Amino acid sequence: MKTLMKIVAAIKQVPSRDSLLKVNASGTWIEDADLSWEINEPDAYALEEALQLKEKTGNGEVVVLCAGPERASQTIREALAKGADRAIHIETGEQTPADPLALARLLASALESEKPDLILTGLQSDDLGYGQTGVVLAELLGLPHGTIIMNVEPESNGIKVKRELEDGWFQNVWMPLPALLTIQSGATKLRYATLMGIKRAKTKEVKKVQATASAPPSAIQLERVYLPEKSKRTQIFDGAPQQAAAKLVEKLRFEARVI
Amino acid sequence: MSGVLAILEQRDGKLHKMAVETLAAAQQFGSELNAPVFAAVAGSNIKSTAETLAGYKLEKIHAVEHELLEDYTPDGYSAAFRQLIEQHGPKHVIFPHTYQVRDYAPKLATALGRTLVSDVVSHRIDSAGLVLVRQLFQGKMNADVRFAGDPPYFASIQAGAFRADNLQAGSAPVEVFTPELSSAQIRTRPLELFRESQRAVDLGAAEIIVSVGRGIREAENIPIVRKLADALHGELAASRPICDNGWLPMERQVGSSGQTVAPKLYLAVGISGAIQHLVGMKGSKTIVAINKDPEAPIFEIADYGIVGDLFQVVPALIEALTK
Repeated sequence: MKTLMKIVAAIKQVPSRDSLLKVNASGTWIEDADLSWEINEPDAYALEEALQLKEKTGNGEVVVLCAGPERASQTIREALAKGADRAIHIETGEQTPADPLALARLLASALESEKPDLILTGLQSDDLGYGQTGVVLAELLGLPHGTIIMNVEPESNGIKVKRELEDGWFQNVWMPLPALLTIQSGATKLRYATLMGIKRAKTKEVKKVQATASAPPSAIQLERVYLPEKSKRTQIFDGAPQQAAAKLVEKLRFEARVI
Repeated sequence: MSGVLAILEQRDGKLHKMAVETLAAAQQFGSELNAPVFAAVAGSNIKSTAETLAGYKLEKIHAVEHELLEDYTPDGYSAAFRQLIEQHGPKHVIFPHTYQVRDYAPKLATALGRTLVSDVVSHRIDSAGLVLVRQLFQGKMNADVRFAGDPPYFASIQAGAFRADNLQAGSAPVEVFTPELSSAQIRTRPLELFRESQRAVDLGAAEIIVSVGRGIREAENIPIVRKLADALHGELAASRPICDNGWLPMERQVGSSGQTVAPKLYLAVGISGAIQHLVGMKGSKTIVAINKDPEAPIFEIADYGIVGDLFQVVPALIEALTK
């Protein structure tokens, strides 16, 4: 039986979930100077799955892979504190690609010498939300893949994964290794870093790689970022909770007539 | 390259519910870009499924036929559609943004050196060409995206973004396309399909739904919202994180991975309104949102809203209803 040896968890740093976002002056991205940052939530589940698989097989290594500017170091350290063994940080300057193909090319070139048995990443990012980087990376590396995965079972000659389909359906899929999986959020519980883990993380290896400047031109252009226009006129009721609630009930009874 | 190709999805010969709106989107692109519109569907013994599309205004329907396409695999579908695209050369390829499309369309686009613009919510055409609109940051921002470089251009459309009732009737021939596939190309093996929970609750039949999200903070707080559902004689539902945490059973989940509902009244409590949730409920007749964040995307589709602390607003609402 082949034991899972090397698992890469590809993670991204995104603005914290509760961030109040503003468009930047040029209207091309958000104003990101004063934001707080955290691991992309689906990627946190991919990292968790990687750590659990390592524990299950009892013999392996978890390598964190992250492309991002200098500030991503913090998120990488947190992943190491949770138990990853080492990390590769692709330093992108302030401009991390907004095209999943361009980003996946960076990740693919950093993995050339790694030859992992399994690559795990979140099913989508909370910032751009293309939901593609994992699949694109698999294609660039010539690997089979599975998306929206809820569970991974190592088998003698590959892995069996549980894939989520629509409308409450699931499907089991078998695939050989090496392979890439995009992991669904919420299928397992996330661990916290222990004090010992945080201490150990300080001495773990973080290999820094420069993003190459010779990337091919992007096939898409993110032209403008803006606040969505409301498709409906929302009536907002202000004031004390009692007054707002009374007003809402009146509207539901006599205007919308739904109660 | 010319033409718009709509690639549709089927299971057991039955077209996916987004097929019609995908065709409508392709027809709209076709008429605005002055280009012919094609459709394609892949499978084994798929011709009769393709023929169900013969009554629409299309140039041609490609029945992509191969015994290795009987069960969906990303390797099989990607290779088959790649051959169809290379042979027929559409300029634009439109997909429904389904779980299956998310699984293989980025692979197909990458194999051709392109980027799929996924989860498109609207579009417009200006002097420089096609602009696609998609959501960023879980719906908090929108972005305009253009294709650069050479076609083919790939895009997937969000459920509900294009109106199916605009679909134009006509008459279209079905043509069988047989790709060259070998079993060695297909590396993954699809096994059994299954459902986990018995659907004891049919949220689809409920007239009033009170739905709870992350804002509730703890399982112990769920009864506050249950009381509101009871006061309205409605069903209690939830967004995904609540069901993932086991605070409510999976069968009460609304959204792309749960149930799609369109009740008379949908009251969202502490739900920010991520895209995955909105696609499951935005067809509701009247939508009410209670959330502490005035910028939460749920307010974009709400008819009525209260910006405030749900732990104060919900009890006040129960009191107002029972008065």
